Amino acid sequence: MHPALQGLLTIVIGVGACLSYFWASNQFLDRVLFPAKGPNAGRNINRANMIRPWLFLFPALFALSLYLAYPVFETIRLSLTDRVTQPDGTTVYHFVGLGNYIQMSGDPKFWEALWNNMLWLIVVPAMSTAFGLLAAQLTDRISWGNLAKSLIFMPMAISFVGAAVIWKLIYDARPPDAAQIGVLNAIYVSLTGNDPQQWLTVPFWNNFLLMVVLVWIQTGFAMVILSAALRGIPEETIEAAIVDGANPFQIFFKIKVPQIMPTIMVVWTTITLVVLKIFDIVFAMTNGQWGTQVLANYMFNQLFVTRDWGVGSASAMVIMLLVTPILVWNVRQARKEMR
Amino acid sequence: MDNIAGHKSSLTWAVHISVVLLVALWLFPTVGLFVSSFRTADQIASSGWWNAMFPTEQSLTLRTADPDAQVQQGGIYVIEGNLFAVEGREPAPVSTFGISSRDVSAFQPGDTAELRGGGAITIQANGDYRLESAEEITGSRGTRVFVSAEIPPEFTLRNYDTVLGQDVVQRLLMFVGAGLVLWGVARFVLSAQPPVVALGLPVVAGLALVVALAVGFGLSSGAAEGAQTTDDMGRAFLSTLTVTIPATIIPIVVAAFAAYALAWMDFPGRALLIAFVVGLLVVPLQLALIPLLKLHLSFGIGKGYLGVWLAHTGFGLPLAVYLLRNYMVGLPRDIIENARVDGATEFQIFTKIILPLSFPALASFAIFQFLWTWNDLLVAKVFLIDASGQTTVMTNQIVELLGTRGGNWEILATAAFVSIAVPLVVFFAMQRYLVRGLLAGSVK
Repeated sequence: MHPALQGLLTIVIGVGACLSYFWASNQFLDRVLFPAKGPNAGRNINRANMIRPWLFLFPALFALSLYLAYPVFETIRLSLTDRVTQPDGTTVYHFVGLGNYIQMSGDPKFWEALWNNMLWLIVVPAMSTAFGLLAAQLTDRISWGNLAKSLIFMPMAISFVGAAVIWKLIYDARPPDAAQIGVLNAIYVSLTGNDPQQWLTVPFWNNFLLMVVLVWIQTGFAMVILSAALRGIPEETIEAAIVDGANPFQIFFKIKVPQIMPTIMVVWTTITLVVLKIFDIVFAMTNGQWGTQVLANYMFNQLFVTRDWGVGSASAMVIMLLVTPILVWNVRQARKEMR
Repeated sequence: MDNIAGHKSSLTWAVHISVVLLVALWLFPTVGLFVSSFRTADQIASSGWWNAMFPTEQSLTLRTADPDAQVQQGGIYVIEGNLFAVEGREPAPVSTFGISSRDVSAFQPGDTAELRGGGAITIQANGDYRLESAEEITGSRGTRVFVSAEIPPEFTLRNYDTVLGQDVVQRLLMFVGAGLVLWGVARFVLSAQPPVVALGLPVVAGLALVVALAVGFGLSSGAAEGAQTTDDMGRAFLSTLTVTIPATIIPIVVAAFAAYALAWMDFPGRALLIAFVVGLLVVPLQLALIPLLKLHLSFGIGKGYLGVWLAHTGFGLPLAVYLLRNYMVGLPRDIIENARVDGATEFQIFTKIILPLSFPALASFAIFQFLWTWNDLLVAKVFLIDASGQTTVMTNQIVELLGTRGGNWEILATAAFVSIAVPLVVFFAMQRYLVRGLLAGSVK
């Protein structure tokens, strides 16, 4: 069968199954198990209403537990074991304690990935938030601001792989005597007269060239959210500052920015989460060569190239560990709101 | 206050200029890809895309006509003709020419060059040539000459033919045009009908016409000349679509029910469950790869569409539940209480009241999930793509092209643009909902 047809069928079956599950289970509850009539009508209604939320929640909870919660614990377990293929072809998992972590800490590529990830963590959220704030502040003041915003926001729709191709064209290098078709080399050659550079192979600095791609994508996100926050600032505070003779820069840095600090934090942490999981850009542009390895790509290599599930799981746990502070902070924020 | 007002106008100019610069900087990379996808390989290699609007000086390797065409004129053998006519190229003014690959610009137009094999060739600025030889000219092909010519800017759909199949773009444009016309006519005819019919039916009719035309006439008239099978994005496009649509719709249905329970039903443990969902929002999906792959393999799902649909559903659920619950909690309490008093069951309240009212939130999640699944590489690589090479998605296809066609920018740019085009259309059409979803998800 053609996969597209199969897809259509899956939509119909999947959505149909979901809807009929919800409908049938509700019918069963109301008509068969606890009918709202007869001598126990009142008690039955109460009981039905106690069970119903769980009927509504069950598919989502099941999928969440199986696809996100269970893997966390399974990954912890796998990171403490080694996968061994026995002579008869079966696979067994030997408990090795912290062996995988020790093996990983002896791998210079791992430290390179961790160090690079730290660089990404500092540079990308800072640059994206700064550019986003700048764009939000500037576009809010002009008549064609919405058009400008939507153009700056556009890279958000482009895949990391697509962005990798776009930026590889920019960093492209041709032999010295040929015309340069990468913008960066065209500018570099015409300004300095030096030979064109293979930018993505220049150690250390190539990391920043990869980061530029993510900053380009994430700035629009930061801008949209910060722009909404800027509009939420009470007019009186700004008017008061103008009356007191503050110049536009003072108004921006001393009146506006402090008031939207909580939103800046939210933007910062959201981009931090994206950075921790960054994979596609590095995979498509350098695949971790020339000193550009990052954790997610290191993990992918361990899993599917080296096929060492133990060390792969251990490096996944490192990513999880880095995410945990944000997870705790988010959950506490959510609980605070509930009260 | 005067000086403040005066200050402001000069600052406004600065603001306008900086925004123009910022927008230009942000658009520049994408425009480069877009323009490159309409240029030929020769053009891309000989000048940066920012020069695409200007004529470029290109080195061409051309041949004279075959020796069959020679005629005898007063004792010597002569071949005459125009270099550009040979391969059906557009004529261009010749600035220099050469007869050896070591010195391709040795002669000016009008000069006569002595050929090594005997004889001489004269080339004029318009490409007319005259090859003379005292001996009979032998060989199976014409004489090779190297010409530098000013090529006028030219844009071509040939790359799209290579990547998608011959004529796909033209036909698609025609079919979509016909669909739009039908949509417009239906909108006009049905404008007196109730809104569901007046808005819905034209869209359905238009889409049905596009599909019918595509199935009836076929999208492509075969593979383009010189296309390699690995360049084929058409199949990858279809499988991306196959991955994306179920992976967008199924989580919405599942999450909507759960979000309603979390928003409007009272039961012990509700706060804890919400915290659970918020916690799962940030769990990196890298953790899930191996355990789930193991699970899928042990259940016999293996690698394939079913596995990737399930995985995307699982990974999309936390955001879906979170966004939808936040939105549903904000719906007016009166409506729901009144419906309960009037004897509506929870199921009826949900389908008849909550779902229609939650449309904006459903739309914003749908866009997120669509963009995320369309643009995804990692999940597809782990759960879909197996060693057989039968299944692929566009992102993976592009990564492979980066390996096999690294220098062929015309193929790469076109393939990338094909994969970017759909998300861009969705983005510009539904940006309002995307922004709303972002704000609901982040600003608290």
